Amino acid sequence: MTQNTIGNVWVFIEQEGGKIAGVSLELLSRARELADTLGVKVEALLLGNNIENLVPELWSYGCDNVFLAEDARLEPFTVLPYAKVIMDLILEHRPNILMFGATMKGRELAPRVASEKRCGLTADCTDLRIDDFEDKVNKKSYQNKLMQIRPAFGGNIIATIVNTWEDPQMVTVREGVMKLGTPDPARRGEVTRVTPALTEKETVVRVVERIRADKEIDLRGAQIIVAGGYGVGSQKNFQLIFDLAEAIGGEVGASRAAVDAGWVCHDRQVGQTGVTVRPRLYIACGISGSVQHTAGMAESKKIIAINTDPNAPIFSVAHYAICGDLNTVIPEMIKAFKAKA
Amino acid sequence: MKYTVLVFVKQVPDTQNITGDAMTPEGTVNRSALPAIFNPEDLNALEAALLLKDRNPEVRVVVATMGPPAAAEVLRASLCRGADEAILLTDRAFAGADTLATSYALSCCARKIGRVDLILCGRQAIDGDTAQVGPQIAEKLAIPQLCYVEEIREFGNGKVTVRRAIEGGYEVLESPTPALLTVVDANDPRPMGALRIMKYKRAKTPSEVRRNAGDDAENRIAALRDAGLLIQEWSAADSGADPSRIGLAGSPTKVKQVSSVVLTAGESKSVEPTPAGIAELMHELISDHTLG
Repeated sequence: MTQNTIGNVWVFIEQEGGKIAGVSLELLSRARELADTLGVKVEALLLGNNIENLVPELWSYGCDNVFLAEDARLEPFTVLPYAKVIMDLILEHRPNILMFGATMKGRELAPRVASEKRCGLTADCTDLRIDDFEDKVNKKSYQNKLMQIRPAFGGNIIATIVNTWEDPQMVTVREGVMKLGTPDPARRGEVTRVTPALTEKETVVRVVERIRADKEIDLRGAQIIVAGGYGVGSQKNFQLIFDLAEAIGGEVGASRAAVDAGWVCHDRQVGQTGVTVRPRLYIACGISGSVQHTAGMAESKKIIAINTDPNAPIFSVAHYAICGDLNTVIPEMIKAFKAKA
Repeated sequence: MKYTVLVFVKQVPDTQNITGDAMTPEGTVNRSALPAIFNPEDLNALEAALLLKDRNPEVRVVVATMGPPAAAEVLRASLCRGADEAILLTDRAFAGADTLATSYALSCCARKIGRVDLILCGRQAIDGDTAQVGPQIAEKLAIPQLCYVEEIREFGNGKVTVRRAIEGGYEVLESPTPALLTVVDANDPRPMGALRIMKYKRAKTPSEVRRNAGDDAENRIAALRDAGLLIQEWSAADSGADPSRIGLAGSPTKVKQVSSVVLTAGESKSVEPTPAGIAELMHELISDHTLG
């Protein structure tokens, strides 16, 4: 493929029970920006069964064309048939960029596809940009490549990765890091129906049993989050965090240390191994602020940190630093809020 | 032996306990300042294999890793936990591999071993956190992949049944073998057995023997082999790998830039932990509509 016939930007759409995953819509929003920079189209890969009704929502987030593959063998999700359908589409249409959410499904599907296509795949990106790349070692230059930005080494460094082989440039992208665009319900696009060419080879894995429930707590949409860390001290004392959240109309989050201690459930964990959030207000109580935690909340619009240790790293990302004991500060905050509001 | 279970493991820098001197002033990682450890979820994969062996003595557990000569340490640790055989894939030509080149090299290793009924890997390694190598090995070997496995329920007679995690729940999957499983932190890896430590701490690769034994090396290697204490060492050529598909040459992804994480909030305001200071803060947040 030559450089003047650049392919489109593709997004794999993850759906469960006929509901589109939030990360897929976030990716469409960013794909729209990347495609506009490159002067190409945004196309979505929608696989499953009886899911045609989801198409208009994809258009509304900036998608120009939806490849729609409906087949009973694509429901529920299993890797092999999905990989086959996607691989066949890649070979036929040659996209420039292919993005997956870095979800459990995305992270098992994308490598299977990348391996078969023999192309690069960067996991868990937190940012994507278009730029030129000078490969000094091999003395080659590349125009308009996808800069794939991701944390590495347990979040201690940020690396910018470029795929130098044939397209597509493949990435998985963390949930919650790309800004969700504003949908335009009037926006229309195309649908391209795809007939999956599946054989017995792709259907050897049988789902014997499947038990799942939607998350009861989802911090990703929360506008106000009050999060507690190890400094809260005990499960009983965590009630303070819930009290403040309730008073100001927020959700409760936690650092990994608090989740590992068993004080709150994993759904509330913010950070590299939890969810990434960008609320209007994030109040970090008794959280020291490891990079693993701050990676998941540093984009919050306003951050208040409460900590007794003046050297806690959390203060370096905070807009408001309260160096004090959360046991007295939080009740004061509740009192002050109730008095003003 | 009736069944061969191959476990791929990795020696990794301990990224979860990064101390001050582990980062260079340029923001890159000083690997040598970090202790090298057995990748945590690979221990879970090894444990899953050893549990199969506990249930069925006809299971042979082979452990393999790709890495520098020092990576033999995780193989010794595997032998001390109960593995039967160990293979070190080591060659300068493997260096600089991304996940595509790594999975190709490991798939060559699996092919060379011959009949393998099950391949187990940890879900991901803590130095890269990509979780890509397992599925990519499976694709290269054209076998099914079952990811995020918590428990192997049944194995044998050409079939494997697992319970695996999915978003918000779990699934029970049944697959023909051979298959590749990636294992999550859902079992308790056994400690090294005292008797096995006594025996296998002496296990060595041929290179390790040659480094110390001088003229007598070949005899010693033969003696270790007879005692079942030789860790096999394969070069890229031994594994039958195509040189254009390994190491840097076989890696489509290039690192453009690396920087250390410096997160700053820009301007930061100190708030006194007094009723007056807090009242003023809450007032400010309400008036700029952050609250209320």
